[in-house]
Formats: sequence, structure tokens, C-alpha cells
Amino acid sequence: MKYESVIGLEVHAQLLTDSKIFCGCSTQFGKEPNNNTCPVCAGFPGVLPVLNKRVVEFALKAGLAAHCEIARSSILARKNYFYPDLPKGYQISQYELPVCTGGYVDVELDGKVKRVRLTRIHMEEDAGKNIHDAHGDASLVDLNRAGVPLLEIVSEPDLRATAEAGAYLKTLRAMLQYLGVCDGNMEEGSFRCDANVSVRPEGTETLGTKIEIKNLNSFRAVESALEFEIARQIETLSDGGKLVQETRLWDEHHEETRPMRSKESAHDYRYFPDPDLLPLVIDDAWIAQVRAPLPELPNARKARFVNEYGLSGYDAELLTGRKDVADYFEEAVLAHANPKALGNWIVGDLFRVLKERKLDEQLYLARWPLAALNLAQMVQMIDQGKINGKIAKTVFDAMLDSNKTPQQIVSEKNLEQLSDLGIIEAAIDQVLAANPKQIVQYRSGNEKVLGFFVGQIMKATQGKANPQKVNEILREKLKP
Amino acid sequence: MKLSREEVQRVAVLARLRLTPEEQSSLTEELDRILGYMDKLNQLDTTDVDLFSHTANITNTLREDQVTNRPNADALLANAPDRDGTFFKVPKIIE
Amino acid sequence: MSFAQLTLHEAGAKLRKRELSSVELTEAVFQRIADTDDKVHAYLTLARDAAMEQARGADKELKGSADHAALLGVPIALKDNFLTKGLRTTCASKILGDFMPPYDATTVDRIRSTGAVIVGKTNLDEFAMGSSAENSAFFPTSNPWNLARIPGGSSGGSAAAVAADLCIAALGTDTGGSIRQPAACCGIVGLKPTYGRVSRYGIIAFASSMDQVGPMTKNVRDSALLLEAVAGRDPADSTSADLAVPRYSAMLTGDIKGLRLGIPKEYFVSGMQREVEQAVRAAIGKLEKNGAIIEEISLPHTEYAVAVYYIVATAEASSNLARYDGMRYGHRAAAKDLIETYMISRDEGFGAEVKRRIMLGTYVLSAGYYDAYYLKAQRVRTLIRKDFDAAFKRCDVIVTPTAPTTAFKLGEKTQDPLEMYLSDIYTISINLAGLPALSVPCGFDSEAMPIGMQIIGKHFDEATILRVAHHYEQSTEWHKRKPKLEIQN
Repeated sequence: MKYESVIGLEVHAQLLTDSKIFCGCSTQFGKEPNNNTCPVCAGFPGVLPVLNKRVVEFALKAGLAAHCEIARSSILARKNYFYPDLPKGYQISQYELPVCTGGYVDVELDGKVKRVRLTRIHMEEDAGKNIHDAHGDASLVDLNRAGVPLLEIVSEPDLRATAEAGAYLKTLRAMLQYLGVCDGNMEEGSFRCDANVSVRPEGTETLGTKIEIKNLNSFRAVESALEFEIARQIETLSDGGKLVQETRLWDEHHEETRPMRSKESAHDYRYFPDPDLLPLVIDDAWIAQVRAPLPELPNARKARFVNEYGLSGYDAELLTGRKDVADYFEEAVLAHANPKALGNWIVGDLFRVLKERKLDEQLYLARWPLAALNLAQMVQMIDQGKINGKIAKTVFDAMLDSNKTPQQIVSEKNLEQLSDLGIIEAAIDQVLAANPKQIVQYRSGNEKVLGFFVGQIMKATQGKANPQKVNEILREKLKP
Repeated sequence: MKLSREEVQRVAVLARLRLTPEEQSSLTEELDRILGYMDKLNQLDTTDVDLFSHTANITNTLREDQVTNRPNADALLANAPDRDGTFFKVPKIIE
Repeated sequence: MSFAQLTLHEAGAKLRKRELSSVELTEAVFQRIADTDDKVHAYLTLARDAAMEQARGADKELKGSADHAALLGVPIALKDNFLTKGLRTTCASKILGDFMPPYDATTVDRIRSTGAVIVGKTNLDEFAMGSSAENSAFFPTSNPWNLARIPGGSSGGSAAAVAADLCIAALGTDTGGSIRQPAACCGIVGLKPTYGRVSRYGIIAFASSMDQVGPMTKNVRDSALLLEAVAGRDPADSTSADLAVPRYSAMLTGDIKGLRLGIPKEYFVSGMQREVEQAVRAAIGKLEKNGAIIEEISLPHTEYAVAVYYIVATAEASSNLARYDGMRYGHRAAAKDLIETYMISRDEGFGAEVKRRIMLGTYVLSAGYYDAYYLKAQRVRTLIRKDFDAAFKRCDVIVTPTAPTTAFKLGEKTQDPLEMYLSDIYTISINLAGLPALSVPCGFDSEAMPIGMQIIGKHFDEATILRVAHHYEQSTEWHKRKPKLEIQN
């Protein structure tokens, strides 16, 4: 029997606001525990919450970008449970009337577009952090994170494969980054994912037992956990076993999911509208105000790169995966209109440098090791024949971390391409004169010898000779 | 009898209240009577009645996204039953 | 005659005329406390040193010729559910342990900035849950009119302190009648403002959709003065209204001609003490004689108010009290693991009534019961609110007794919680609807226990209820009587 998997993902995205959702504490964690807390986020007696306007705006941005229905009146609700990192004994979240419902995200995978529907997007506050004490008999609580604003984004169980889940997450993350709403860092916890997985015989409609997977701290973990869990579920059912609806944790170390120890999974959260907060009324004017400056979203930008710059879908994908990369690319193209070459330099050499420096997962670079303008001018110099491709690599490396323009470097290091025909000819003549045997080889049909000659000529000219010209004249001279 | 002892115990656990057996008995009886009194409300037909939305006749009190609090971990920890540096120290949490 | 017997208005005038210093006045109050609070037990915590320092500061300011706040230099008492920075705050509960608030409630901040002197924190029913102050974890307060009787609750300490001149004026809180009912029991004026009129930030929450801070004073003018000092929008309280605060004390014109008094028939039914009914009807008669117009009105859903209140208020309270878990402040019991720490700390820290209400509130919110109880109650609450909306089309204020009986004996009603809850019948609907209401003395029963008349107004119309109350008060002598501070059988 063939089974298909049914996957829904629940994402919690930490918002890039300056202050927390219900108080004026900073969202930038201090190094010292409990240094970014106040009586409000620490759940002291007598305190009251006041909603951060920007959190609502970010929720609206995300909702509009995902084509959701925006609730004209929505309610903040209390989710009640006891835990040391939950200072009030309840989390302020949204339950019956969330700010956004419905919506979808279009995900591209293997050249096809899949529409993944959303159930809802709502606002809520984050909890603090529990750390296990070195002594083992206690736990330590840091409330710096308590009250940091989150958006919870829930997808319908529309995903059918692990690869789809990964692609959906990446697309969603890129969207949130583009909107400036979340920096999407899974490793640091600003972008978290829980998965709901079930399997069913292929072709059937009824959903199988839904199992929740938590503790997924990277894209790789999401995909590995899903692979494992789907296989586990199929195996269990194929062996005639039964699946229990439960929450399982992904064990990164042992690469398996295992049931959560605590039976708290059967929570009765006793949701009710928070009487300390007023109904949130969102009118057309506010929506229009948020909608107007929405940035071009990843999918749209990618399509435009393909159409406007003639890039391949693959390259366009790489260049729009991060908003800052796309911005960098376009800044360069504006300075010198060779998108293909610039694309290659960025995706090849520049990405390599970012990876070496471990900047590739940082997701938004405030300072690039090489200014876009300088890269553009370098490519311009190649196109103008002032330097050749190989020399350009030297220029590229020299420009990293320096503020020097390519012109400065070329001039300082005397790297200007040799296009003076006289000098080139002289160099060619010199090399030919010194290598008569190879001339014979070439003339008897060995094309590869040309490479040897070119190499020698480049050596003789410190690599600066214009390769096309060298080739041209060399071939001419080698004619019998 | 609307309320059973088991139900009362379940609610006590939800509310994190330890009850002695005597308290369990007396609470079961008291809550049962009080809840019985609440049945009065079923005399009313509320099918077309709006849910009470809020006592304050206003909507949308929002604040600007500004950092207005100054860090002061010590003030916050001054009443802590137990602490470790600037952490709150609590009984071990088992995941 | 001790200076402690002055009203707020009188004291303020004397201070500003420099006939009296704040230090003298404050000392007089503390002397009176030393002499009589061992009988009344109004106070949980006294702040003598800080108070004397504030008094000295006030005297310095009074030396200047600038315009002075009405409260400058006047000794005020605060119910012990107001957070006072650096001054122990217990909420009359063991669960807060030795809690020392790291911040002042907004209302306390406002009081401080008027230059008033904070005498101390008064007793209450634990977490403001009760109608007699007998639910305090520490000790009950006695009614100054008869020390064997309750002072009412939950603001029993503040009411007794004002009645016995153990402060010049006090602040309390009212969630289901907790300012008005003790005011009636103790023969003083107690006002619950419109929901949202005064900030709740820094008041230990009981039922968030109903709690309000209000003045408890020796007369109506004092009430107006104290209200205008604390009312007004607070950006830290999302539910506080952005409405200008009228100068209530300047609006006590005494004019009630043509004012329509709504008298709801549901508030004059069997079960109320005959003398209470007589006194209130006499008071209404007096107002009519002086030009007010009587309108018979109906508030048909009155009988459902207690059920609605005890579902909604306990639901909110069960959630508000979850933070008292022994993790970050307050009492933490020694226990073998986390869950036990929660359960034993809260068991040891909370009294019986608080536990009862937490249990009830948790139950009505729990899965399977939410619709039947909580949602149902919130719909009936709408009906109760609509009753008032309809009534106020036909009248300007509504007049009722504040409580069905005068103060009962200490220990008399604690056996039966439901019976206790039913005694809130006259005050509770007002909190459900968020309306302003006050209690003003309107007589005494045959055992010399005070009787209170409740005047209810439209949303944010404190000015009118104060005006009516002031007119009535000034046409009687009730406010001039003082309690004997004796036990009478």
C-alpha cells in the first residue's frame, strides 16, 4: 500500500520591533539575564498590557502579503497555563478572532508552483527562557524574551512532501524578511517551526492521526524530522500498529522523534478575551496605509529578474532568496548594465566569500565586504577591455574590505590589461621564437598547444595581455 | 449533583491548588450549590443577544514602538524567593 | 476635638490658611490611630516615618504663596491592594509574603504628586474578595459604630478608618460593591467611578473588567475633591478613558429641580431590612420635596446579576491570580518538585474564599463549560447593560438602597458563601454595566447602625450623582454624627 504524507506547519516569527508587544522594554536581549524586563513583562502584581502599534502593522503587512482576510475587529485572548517562563500564568495571544484568516503563499519547487493555503496569522507574546542549572536541582529563568512580539502563522495541511515543506518555509521566511517584519534566523530562534504530520493511503480523503513535532531548530532539522516521522508512521501502520495522537520532540543527536515526557500535552488553556485589552478595530484607512508601501515580494521580484535581466530561473532564485542580496544586485546593475556577469560574480565569488566568513546565514548584511558600486565598476572595466577576467579576480580579492575602487587597484598594482597590439605582438613573437618545437606540434594539428602558448604569453606579460587579442594574433601568426 | 469529587480534583490541578480531603468535600458541595444557582441563567433566552464586548466604551489603545524602560534586573529580583545572579531560580523543570 | 476629625475640605482650608500645619494634622491622625486602632483594626501597615517626612515637605510647600492642590498635606489612607513603592503591600493575603513593590500604582503616584500624606495601608478581604473584611488573612476589621459588627467589604479597612477619623480620607476599590457597601455600613460616602475613569495600573487585579478605584470620605465634597485628584487617562492602562476630568468640586451646585430620579421596583423587594427600606424611601421623598421628579423604572434582569457576576468575576480572577505562583515573588513553599511547589505555595498562601473563587472561575472557563457558563453570563451581562441604557432614557439618576441590610455581626455570615454573595445584589449590576455610583448616608436603624442610599449615574456622569448626593447630604445631619467605637449587643 502506498501512503501519502499530509503536513501542516506552524511558524512563530519574532518581530523586528524596537520594543516588546505590551511594554516599553527593548527587544534586543541584554547579555545579562532579566536586564530587559520590567514589572509588566515580568508579571508583577497590578500591571497591565498596552499593545504596540507596530506589532499590529507588521501583522497587517504579513497578512496583506499573504492575501489574508483582515479582521476589522479582532480580540486578544488569554491562554492560561502554569510554567516558570510564563510570568503571568497566561500568554496573551489570539484565539477566536485573529487579526488575519485565510490567505496563501505560492511556493516554487522544481519549476512548478504550489499554492499553500494559510489558516490564520495572529499576534502573541513570547515566553521567557528556562535554563537548566549546573547543579541539577533547579532551573534558572530569564524573562528577557518574555513579551517579545511574535506572529504565529499557521498553514493548512496542504503540504505533501518534505521538500515542499522546506520550500514553503524558505518562501515564507523570505517574504517576512522582505517585509522587514522578521529576520528569519532559525538557529537563533527568531523563526521557529512546529510541524503537524499524518499519513494516509494514497488517494484517500480522511486524514490520519495527526502528530505534532517540536524542537526543530534548522531547515535541515525540519526536513530530517519530517522524513523520519513519515517513515515511522508508515512503518507503524504497515505493521498493523496504531498511531497515538501526541506531541513528539525531534532529537537532533539521535536523529529521531520521541514522545514528549510530560503529559501536559492535554492542556486545557481556558481561552477567554483579555479584559485588560480592548477590541482591536482595523479600518480601511489603516489597511491602505500599510498596503501602500509594501515592498515587491520575492516571487514577483524573481519573475522580474528573469524578464528584465534575462537571468535564468535558477540564478534569479539565488539572487532574490534574500532581500539584501537582491538589493545589492540591482544597485550594481544600475551602475553598470551587465546583469548576467554581475549575477555570476555575486553568486560565484561573492557568495563564496560570505560563506567563508560565515556571513551567509546572517540573512541581512548591514555592511558588505565589497561595495556594489565597486563590483559594478570592475565588471565595467572587464567589458571595456581594461582588464581581463583573470586579472579581475585579483582586483576582486584586493577590493574586499578595502574602500578602494577597482580603478585605484588596477592603477596601483599596474594591472591594466595590455591591449597595445605592438607589445602583444612583440610578446607573441618572443614566445614563438623560444618554442619552435611547439609551433611544429601546433601546425601538425595539436590544438592544445595553443593553450601552452597563451600561458607563456600571459606569463611574459604578467597576465595582463588581452586574451582575445592574444588569441587572434597568435592564430594569425601560427598560420602556416 | 452537578459536580463530582473527581471533577473538583481536576479543576484543582488546573488551578494548581492543593486540596485536603476535607476541602475537596466541602468545595464539591459548595461549588455544586453555587453552580446550581447559576442555572438561573438558563431561564433566559439569549440566542440573539450580542456577547458583551467590553466594559470600556472605547477601542484601540495603542502605544508607539519605543523603548521607554531602563534595565534594572536587581529591582525586579529584589522579591525573588531564590535567585542565581540575575536569574530567577526555580524548582527544576522537567521537559 | 482632634484635628483628625476634620474633613478633607476643612483640613485643606486650614492648611492653606496656615492655621494648621501638616505635621500637626498628621500627628493628630497618628495619635488617634494609636488610641483607637487596637479596637478597630483598620490598618495593616502604618508608614509613620515616611508620613512625617511627607508632612514636613508639605509644610514647606505651604509656606509658599503659590496655588496649592486640595490634598497638599492631608493624611490619606490607601487600601492594601494599591501598590506602594517601598511600602509593604499584602492584599491582605499570605501569598504575597514580604512583597515590597518596586513601583507605585498610577493612582498612588497621582496622590503623591498632590503632596498628600500617605498614612498607611488599610485592611480588606483577601484579594478584595468579600463583603465584610473578614476574609483578610490577618484579622477582621471592626465597624466603628459597633465593634462587634463588620465594617463591610472588601474596602472595610478604608471605610472604618474614615468613619473613626483614623485618616482624613481614603481610597478603596470596588468590583461588586466593595466601596459602596462598606461606606453604607460605616456611615460614610463611597464612590465607585465609571469603569475607565480612574487608572487601574498598580492595583492588584481581581476582576479586570469591573475593578475601579474610588474615594471613601466623610462627606460628598471630599469625595469630589479626591476623585478629581486621581481621575484621568493613564497610558499604562488600556482601559482608561481619554476624557477630560471635570472639576467635580466646583459642580456641587445643589440644584436638583426637575432632575428625574429612577426608582427600580426590583430593588425594593421582600428580604430587605424594613428600616433600610424606610430610610431610603424617606430620603427619596425628601429629594422629591426639593424638586426632583420620581420615575418608576424597571431593571428586569436584576435577579440574574449575582449569577453573572460570580461567573465573570471569578473567571477573570482565576486568571489574574495565576501569577501568584511562588516563582518570582511572594510565598514559596518547600516542596519536592515544581508542580508541588505551585500547589502547596498557593494552598498555603490563599485563604478559603480566594480558593473557592479560583476554583469556580477555573471551572467556568474550562473545556466543556465555557459556553454554558462564561459565554452565557456575558450575554446576560449585555441584557443587564441594556436594562440601564433603557432606564436612563427616562431618568437622570437611579436611586436604590446600597445594601439590603445594615452591617451584620462579625462571624454571622461566613458559613454560607452563597448567602454572602446574595447580599451584593444592589451593587453588583452597576459593576457589570460599568456605571458610576455612590453611597451616601441616609439614616440609622434602631440599633444605631448606618444606612446608605445608592445613587447611580450614566457613564461618566459622576458630576450629577455627586450633585444629587451633595444636595441630599446638606439637607440632613447624618454626616455630622460620629461613631462611639464601642461594642454594643
